Formats: sequence, structure tokens, C-alpha cells
Amino acid sequence: MIRLPLVLFFSAGLFSVGVYGVLARRNAVLVLMSIELMLNAVNVNLVAFSQLLRDTILAGQVFALFVITVAAAEVGIGLAIVILIYRNRETINIDEVNLLKW
Amino acid sequence: MSSQEIVFVVLGIVGLGAAVRLVTARNVVHAALYLVVSLAMVGGTYLVLAAEFVAFVQVLIYVGAIVVLLLFSLMLTRAPIGREALDNQQRGISALVALGILAGLAFLIQDAFRDARIEPDATPTGAVGVSIFQNFVLPFELVSVLLLAALIGAVVLARKDLP
Amino acid sequence: MVAAAETAVNGEAGTTALAWIVTVLPLVSFFLIVLFGKRLPGGGAWIGIVAVGAGLVMSLVVLSHFIGGGEATELSEDWFRVGDLRFELGQYVDGLTAVMLVVVTTVSLCVQVYSLGYMRGDARFTWFYAVISLFTGSMLNVVIANNLLQLLVGWELMGVCSYLLIGHWWEEKENSDSAIKAFITTRIGDVPFLFGIFVLIVATGTANIPEITGAIGGGAISRGLLTAGALLLFGGAIGKSAQFPLHVWLPDAMAGPTPVSALIHAATMVAAGVYLVGRMFSVFVNADPWVLTFVAAIGATTMLIAALLAMIQDDIKRVLAYSTVSQLAYMVAGLSLGPAGYTAGLFHLFTHAFFKALLFLGSGSVIHAVHSNNMSEMGGLRRPMPVTFWTFLIGSAALSGIPPLAGFWSKDEIISTAFHEQHYIVWGIALVTAVITAFYMARAVLLTFFGEYRGHGHPHESPATITGPLVVLAGLSVVVGFLNATAFDVTLFSEWVHFGEGEHLPFNYGFAAISVVGALAGIAVGYRLYARWRERDPLRRLGPAYTLLERKYFLDDVYLRGVVRPIQYRASAAVNWSNRFILDGIVHTFAWTARQFSRLVEVVDRRVVDRGVNTAAGLTGFTGGILRYIQSGNVQRYAVFLFVGVILLAIGISIRA
Repeated sequence: MIRLPLVLFFSAGLFSVGVYGVLARRNAVLVLMSIELMLNAVNVNLVAFSQLLRDTILAGQVFALFVITVAAAEVGIGLAIVILIYRNRETINIDEVNLLKW
Repeated sequence: MSSQEIVFVVLGIVGLGAAVRLVTARNVVHAALYLVVSLAMVGGTYLVLAAEFVAFVQVLIYVGAIVVLLLFSLMLTRAPIGREALDNQQRGISALVALGILAGLAFLIQDAFRDARIEPDATPTGAVGVSIFQNFVLPFELVSVLLLAALIGAVVLARKDLP
Repeated sequence: MVAAAETAVNGEAGTTALAWIVTVLPLVSFFLIVLFGKRLPGGGAWIGIVAVGAGLVMSLVVLSHFIGGGEATELSEDWFRVGDLRFELGQYVDGLTAVMLVVVTTVSLCVQVYSLGYMRGDARFTWFYAVISLFTGSMLNVVIANNLLQLLVGWELMGVCSYLLIGHWWEEKENSDSAIKAFITTRIGDVPFLFGIFVLIVATGTANIPEITGAIGGGAISRGLLTAGALLLFGGAIGKSAQFPLHVWLPDAMAGPTPVSALIHAATMVAAGVYLVGRMFSVFVNADPWVLTFVAAIGATTMLIAALLAMIQDDIKRVLAYSTVSQLAYMVAGLSLGPAGYTAGLFHLFTHAFFKALLFLGSGSVIHAVHSNNMSEMGGLRRPMPVTFWTFLIGSAALSGIPPLAGFWSKDEIISTAFHEQHYIVWGIALVTAVITAFYMARAVLLTFFGEYRGHGHPHESPATITGPLVVLAGLSVVVGFLNATAFDVTLFSEWVHFGEGEHLPFNYGFAAISVVGALAGIAVGYRLYARWRERDPLRRLGPAYTLLERKYFLDDVYLRGVVRPIQYRASAAVNWSNRFILDGIVHTFAWTARQFSRLVEVVDRRVVDRGVNTAAGLTGFTGGILRYIQSGNVQRYAVFLFVGVILLAIGISIRA
């Protein structure tokens, strides 16, 4: 028996730490890591609710698996972009890559 | 407090601690190692929640593949050491925002699920497989195409002689 | 239309089921051209031409349904639901729709064939054809839409396409500025239009046009709501159809390639506003009567000031642009006359599409040959460009209202309806405008095609891809008027397009004579002023010296004629001399006054209307200067805003809950 709020607090904590990382880190790789933290927080929730609701088709767990897969794809592309930026700009500090500004 | 809860709390504290160290570390390689710890702890919580297949996948893909990928990219890019090199100027507001989100989520959790209990039910890997291939075949195929596209995209993006 | 909407909405679709295919074809061709155009021989132009050509054939089939006296039909699929509101994707085809389908596809086909020659070698040839296809498809979507939301989609798509096409040669700053001006000005009209849609949806609980018409016919809607809805919808029409005070974008839209101007001015963009008023006519008729009076006032004002402005332009396309504004105002004024003017206004929309497309394409042919837009650098083109000359002449005569060309029938119908409905002010202004129209078209033709050539190089007749569409459109400009030639009891058009019982006035030879005499007078004045003018210094950039110059010319001319002619006609020398002197004096005084007045109007246009627009732009720039600090380009800063927003939203929602 596990109290659900415990699991959810854990997940909320992971998510908030991830948000902090995304907002405060300059290094693009570290930002990607923080995003992984946030994705994991979501996965914890999915699995927990899958157990809470006792869904017969295990939708929560299957979704967690999909999220992991998509996260893998995202990291692959993200890192490729990071390396490309590094090759062009000699830096992967996000605040120095501000071409979004007109 | 049940034994499962005790295990969960221990895993959670270690995982959260590693996560906090991850976002404050001054050395990128240390950060990556903290990420390993944090992800492994999350995998452990899956085991406690009796989702063994997800736990294995977590360890295999995250700890095995993604972290290695991250380490490689750290190796390929210059990774300076020190707080100023790794953090930007908005640490304060970021911390505020993160705390705000945490507070909001905590309030919502308290409000909605205060008395909810989980009785983890063992979910055999076979059941997950059956579910994927009976109920989620199409999304599964889509995800595989997505992975392929990401693979090709990553190769195209990162190769040196761009057309 | 009310009756049709109530009885035959569920009637057999029959051949009208083709209508949606007509709309989809150009959209498909847009995607095909964008995706494959560059790799195909001919840059994908043929895809667009074949698509719209097939569309034209199908449109004629659709129209045949109504020639046999068919009823309006409707086909639809559910698009999505919001609560009780059902939004559809469908078509509503009545006579007006069928006629518009034919007009749009015909003009678009001509324009696309024409562009084969006109745009040959252009750097973005393929893109041009793609956007023209999309433009055509959007207009067709507006035409067949059976609900306001779908109509809005086409409406806005057209705005985007006009922006893209007017700015087609964006390398020159002026062109891209014009594109932005056109886009923003029409958007200003779109805002009231959007709110008008909301009002009607709130009032009737549906976005379906036939259902709205039916609900209004049933008298279930409060008059206040209808009045608000009608005014707001008319706001959209003011923007799209370039009525005062939002007409400023249209002359600037001349920056686009000439075929685009033809498409915008004849069949798509500007026609959409008038079409909207026609489509939602029951809203206007059942609103407070002063709404139609307001519409009439806008129409009459626009009609006159645009015609006056057209008189003093040197750029041939600008003459045509102002004349478009003026003619659109005719349609608006026609519609403002109520159910009786409905057919007349839309008939003018129909005929105007053909001859205005012809005039624009003709001017394009001239510009193609001369490499200039200015009439002061043309002249004498009648000999090297006979096909262009004759077709342009036919178009001008049609626009001036010379029988038996198309413009005569439709314009005369509006004018006589105005008199019959006792809108004497509209009648008077329409008549005066008709005279001025004839005047400036005579001026344009004379300056362009007569006299000596004043430009550079040796102009040649354009290739067959350019003259072919001209000939086709000229032929159509001659014949389409007979669709509603009341003089011969032909009332085909009013059988297709009518509101309510579809009453129409018997042909009145008196009124016809008045308008023909007016047009001839205008041409005569034009001939007097411009037949020999071009041998002098060009009469542009009218400084303060202009009036003096004009007066001098006036004396010289009278003197010359007063001396030369009496010698030729000795018998009536003295009488003739004085006649000419006095008549010419009156005529020239009138012309002079009109010119002064039109200059005044132009000043008001620049100082008041343009300044208003500029102030709005300045304000935007100022707030932008403050807001730029938010846009740092730093992604993480943006992410902070994002999450702060999420938190605030969450707090807001939980407080409410």
C-alpha cells in the first residue's frame, strides 16, 4: 500500500527541479537533461495513476513507454542540433544563441 | 507506514536530491552522473509501483542509452566548469517560478488526492505486450516511424558536409 | 432567396453537386504547383490553367441547373461542434452562387492564360501560379460557403493571397509597403466582420446562411441585433470592397503584377465584399431602414470621390483602380436600394467583372509593350497594338455605359431603379458619376492610344497568350449585358439572381437616353480636352501653375478652333464660332471646377484618411518600442514568461473553481 500523494509529491518535485534547470542553465546539454527530468516526472504520474485506476489495458504504462521512446527521439535530435550549433558558433550557451530576436 | 512506502520515500529522497544536485552542479560531467542516479531512482520507484517492464525500459533506455548520448555530446562540445559558465542570470526568478509550480502542484495534490491509496498490482511484461499489440498497435507503429525519422534527422543534422 | 431557402434547401442537389469540386480544384492545384511545379515543364502553370478551366466547364454545368429554373440546393458535412453550435463544411448553391462561380473561373482562366505571356521569365513564376490558384480557390470558397465560418476562412485566405501577390515583386520597398497596406487596411474591415458573424450566431444560434436567412424571414430576431449585425457585416464589405474610408489600399494595390490587379479588381477580392452584402441581404433588408440609407451614403460618397480622383491620375492602372472603387460603389449603392436594387447591383458586379478584367489586362498589355505605367509616356499605340487597342476600346465603352455593351445594361438598371425607388440623391450622383466615368475613360483611351508615341523604344503587339484573353473578354463584355437586357424582355439574370419575388422594372427609354447622353457628354468633354492635349507639356504634377496653364490652353484652343472651323464651314461661321466659344467655355469651366474639386478630395484623402492610418501605425511603433524589452530573443526568458503564465492561469482557474 502506498499513499498516492507521496508519489505525486515526488513527481511534482522532479518536475519543479526540471523547470528550474530549464530556466536557469545556460548549457544546452544541461537544459536537455532538465527536460528529461520533467518527462520522467510525467512518467511517474502515468504509472501511478495506471495502478490507482487499475486500468485493464494498462494504458498508463504503455503511455509511459511511448513517452520514453519519444524522449529518446527528442534527445537524439536535440543533441544533433546542439552539436550543429557548437560547430557554427563555438558555443552551446543558449543565451548567446538569440537569433530569435529580430 | 508500510514497507513499500518506506522504500519509496528513500528512493524518492535520493532521486530528488540527485535531481537538485543535477541542476546546481558546477561540472557538466558530474551533472550527467547525477542524472544517472536520479533516473535510476525513478526506475526504482517503477519497481515499487509494480510496473516492472517500464522499470527495465527506463534503465535500459535512459540510463543505458540517453545518458551515454548526453555524455558523448558533452565530450564533443567544450564544457567549461563553474557556476557562471553553466548558469545564466535569471537563477532567482527561475527558482521562484519553480517553487511557484511546486506550490501549485502541492496544493492541487492535497486538494484532490489526499486520501487516495495505491495497491500495486503486479503487471507481468506479457500483459504490457498484449496491450501494446492489441490496443495500441497504431500508436506503436507511429512511434517507430517517429524514431526512424529522428534517427535520420539526427544524422542529417549532425553530419559535416551539409549539402 | 428567402423563399428558396425555406423550400428547397433539401432539394435534389443534381448537377449543383459539382460546385464544391470547382472550389477544390484550384486548391488541389495550389498544392500540386507548390510541391512539383518547379520540376515540371512550364513551371506548373498548366496545372493551374487546367484546374480552373475544368472548373469553368463545371460552373457552366452548375449554372445550367438554374437556366432550367432550378431551385437553390445545399450540401454539407459536419465540421465540428461547440456545445449546441454546429459548424459545417458545405455548399449552398443558388443562382447568385452559380453566376459567381462562372465569373470567377472565367476571369481566373483568362488571367492565368494571360500570365503565361506576361509573367514569362519571372523569378517566382511557379510561386505566382500557386498563389493565383489559392486565391481563386479562396474566392470560390467564399462563393459556395453555406455558413459564415467557412466563408470567413476563404475571406481571410484571400487577404493573405492578396498580400502575397501585391508584394510579388517585394525586392522594391514600395511594393512590399503596398502589400502591407492592403493587408492591414482590409484587416481593419475584417474585425467588424468577425463581430458581425458573432452577432448573427448569437442572434440565430447557427452559422448556416440559409438557416439565418430563414430565421430572419420568420421574424424571430430582434431588429436591434439585426441592425448591429448588418452594420458590422458592412464594415467587412467596406474593407474588402474598398469603400470610403477604407478605399486607400486599392490604388496602392497596383504595385502587384497587372494580372493580379485584374484578378483582384474584377473577380475576387473586391467582389467578395459586394457578394457578402448580397448573400446576407436579408439581414440588411430586415434591419432598421437607416442601415440601407447608410449603405447608400457610403456608396454615393465613394462613387463620386473615386471618379473625381480617377480624372487626374497619370498612371493608367491608377485610373482603372479608382474607377474600380467607383464602380464597386455603384454596386453598393444598387444594393442599398433594397430588394428592387438587389438584382441591379449584382448584375453590375457580374458585368463589371468582365470589362474591368479586360481593361486591366489591356493596360497590362500596354505596360508590357511600353515598360511604363504613365500615360504621359504612351500615346499613339493604336497602330502598333491594334488588338489591344480595339479590346481596350470595347472595355472602355462598356465601362462608360455605351449601349449595347455590358456596362450600359447594368448601370442603367441601377440608375433607373434609384429613380424609381425615389432615392433622388443616389440617382443624381450616379448620373454625375456616369458622366465623369465616361470622361476619364475617354481621357485614358486618348492619351494611351491616340496621337504620337511619347515613350521609349518601339512598342509591339503582345504575344497571343496576352491578346487571346483580351479578345475573349472583349467578346464577353459585348454579350453578357444581354443576359438582362430589359429592353428586349430578356431577364435571364434576374431569374437566377433575385431577392424575394424578383420584380424588375420595365425598360424605360427615357432613363436610358439620359444615361447614354450623359456618357456621350462625358466622352465629348474628354475628347475636347485630350484629343490635342498631348502635344503640349504633360499635364501632371499639377502645381499652382496648373490652373494658369489650363486657362491658357483653354484660350488657345478656343482661338484655334474659333478661327479654323469657321473657315471650313463658312456658311455658319459666326454662329458656329460663338456656339463653340460659349459651349466650350461652359464645358471647360465645368471641367476645371471638377478638377479643382477632385484635387480637394485628394488632399482630404491624403491629409485626413492617410494621416489617420499613419497615426495608428505610429502608435503601434511606440508600443512596440516599449514591448521590445520583452522580446529579448532569449529563449529561456520566454520560458520564464510561459511558466509564470501557467501559474497565473492555474491560480485564476482554482480561484474561480
